[in-house]
Amino acid sequence: MGPGLPDWPAAVEVLAGRAPYQPSATVIQPLQCLPPAERRRTGKVVRLALTVGLEAVARAGADAAQLPAVFSSSGGDGENCHEICQVLAGPERQISPTRFHNSVHNAASGYWGIATGATPAANALCAHDASFAAGLLESLVQLSIDETAVLLIAYDADYPQPMRAVRPIPDAFGVALLLTRAAGPKSLARITVRSGAAAAQTLPDAQLEALRAQVPAARSLPLLQCLARARPGTVAIDYLEEQRVTIEVSPCP
Amino acid sequence: MKPLLLTAFTASSCLGRGLGALRASLEAARSGLVPCAFETVELATCVGEVPGVDERPLPGELREFECRNNRLAALGLREDGFDVAVRDAARRHGAHRIGVWLGTSTSGILETELAYRRRDPVSGALPDDFHYYGAHNTFSVAAFARRALGLEGPAVVISSACSSSAKVFASAQRAITAGLVDAAVVGGVDSLCLTTLYGFHSLQLVARTPSRPFDVVRDGLSIGEAAAFALLEGAPDSPPAGSVLLLGAGESSDAWHMSSPHPEGRGASAAMRAALAAARLAPGDIDYINFHGTGTPSNDAAEARAVAGVFGARIPGSSTKGATGHTLGAAGGLEAVVCALALRHGLMPAGVNTRDVDPALGVEYLLENRRAPLRHVLSNSFGFGGSNCSLIFGSAA
Repeated sequence: MGPGLPDWPAAVEVLAGRAPYQPSATVIQPLQCLPPAERRRTGKVVRLALTVGLEAVARAGADAAQLPAVFSSSGGDGENCHEICQVLAGPERQISPTRFHNSVHNAASGYWGIATGATPAANALCAHDASFAAGLLESLVQLSIDETAVLLIAYDADYPQPMRAVRPIPDAFGVALLLTRAAGPKSLARITVRSGAAAAQTLPDAQLEALRAQVPAARSLPLLQCLARARPGTVAIDYLEEQRVTIEVSPCP
Repeated sequence: MKPLLLTAFTASSCLGRGLGALRASLEAARSGLVPCAFETVELATCVGEVPGVDERPLPGELREFECRNNRLAALGLREDGFDVAVRDAARRHGAHRIGVWLGTSTSGILETELAYRRRDPVSGALPDDFHYYGAHNTFSVAAFARRALGLEGPAVVISSACSSSAKVFASAQRAITAGLVDAAVVGGVDSLCLTTLYGFHSLQLVARTPSRPFDVVRDGLSIGEAAAFALLEGAPDSPPAGSVLLLGAGESSDAWHMSSPHPEGRGASAAMRAALAAARLAPGDIDYINFHGTGTPSNDAAEARAVAGVFGARIPGSSTKGATGHTLGAAGGLEAVVCALALRHGLMPAGVNTRDVDPALGVEYLLENRRAPLRHVLSNSFGFGGSNCSLIFGSAA
């Protein structure tokens, strides 16, 4: 989910080149999956993470409550952070308790558990601009050891001013991938991941490329484009500094 | 689970810098908690402050990382020859074969809090010396450590509140087993800041006097700061006698509430059982439990129920948070190092500050140090959002 990409089917049409990309502000609906009190308390970034997570699980026909999850975000809840810092800079340092417990980087994974009842382990990662690739590596390591399925949710949202000027993420973007060790009836593709040196794939559409370069979770776009096109390919996505991760994609029949 | 060797480890907290100071404090059953005089904080509370964090700025080439959290990280890495041990591992394996998994909850948020007081009066902009990547961003301590240690392998921060720097042990263990890396720098750094002090205060979870975990009159936690690190490598078939091994890790989620634990400790039980299963140990094989033991009524009650359910009342345990404070994102790492010292020196540390153990908790809680050779110890770390991690460490024969 991102600017002009309201859900996976819409994103597939755009990434496969069948529909023009028309960016518009990311729209994230309130969550129905949480009880009303919790629903009120969640900020944009938590709603984004849960929305894409639930969509991926539903499309796969999986049971969210059984899935280990890896959440990865370069910045967490920027609006919440701003509000807290503003209050602390003022005369009355009364932080709302809800704001405080929402300020943890794993807030999304906490609300995910409350919404889905998922008790398997969940992780909350940050690797700045490398957060998507870091999440992918953690997920695949888990699958190679003892997990049979891992839900990866990578998400970022923009900061309000004054943080926005020092971290100019333009809008919210989130992606969720249900990764499994074995192919199933709903599997989209087999992927193989290794570290690579090839420069990160850019996208031919200038606006999609801007999205990829400006929102860390959207560094996933070359992979998503390959999945959307349902054709075999090899993509490189940005990792740390001068490093990349290379992903070979073989669509499932 | 493939056991790993802790080739090197170190920790710095309010009990002092490095293992010598930490061990001396544990032997003396000393608390480092003092009334809070930090920055402009006006809360009646006690904190665990590391001495001398602001003495030395970071070296010039690392100046983009300047913030209290990274100064504390730097100070921590210098102790006990830890940085030397890491460079030696990089020579043996290759710098790209060493990964960095560090936990933090605060990162450099203190700098952001201070910067918000210095916004441009007209534009509202943050001051020019504000470093988003090097200080504020949650990844900054891993980026700093990786650069300062000259490493070129994978790196990530795990930020799951109070379980962060325990979960890094589990993730790094998986990555070594999977062959992604040959060694890992793990641990965590959290530093004093306004957000955590005023935030925990707003949740009414902070004690006015030094925290008394598992005490019948416990009334909250005391916040501390710490930098704790361990270097994990594959264990040889015959590890040197006296070396410390990571034998098991278990993780789970409560799926319950953002800031209260599941009252029956459901997730905590699951994490402890998973750790035992990973280590191929029975509950009776554990000689000492380092409780998460924050000193809040709810944590200690839930944890005690979980521990009693898994272990009965057979295993002596204590929380060391009455000595060090609750170091939040660094707690898992700091308490892992406490467990390593316990194994190395045959010392089960007292639950410092606790006077009358709450009889309702039904665990054997140590009020004094107890000496005995230890084979296996378990450490619990439970965080906001219901994030649970239990680690099992063992002594090589």
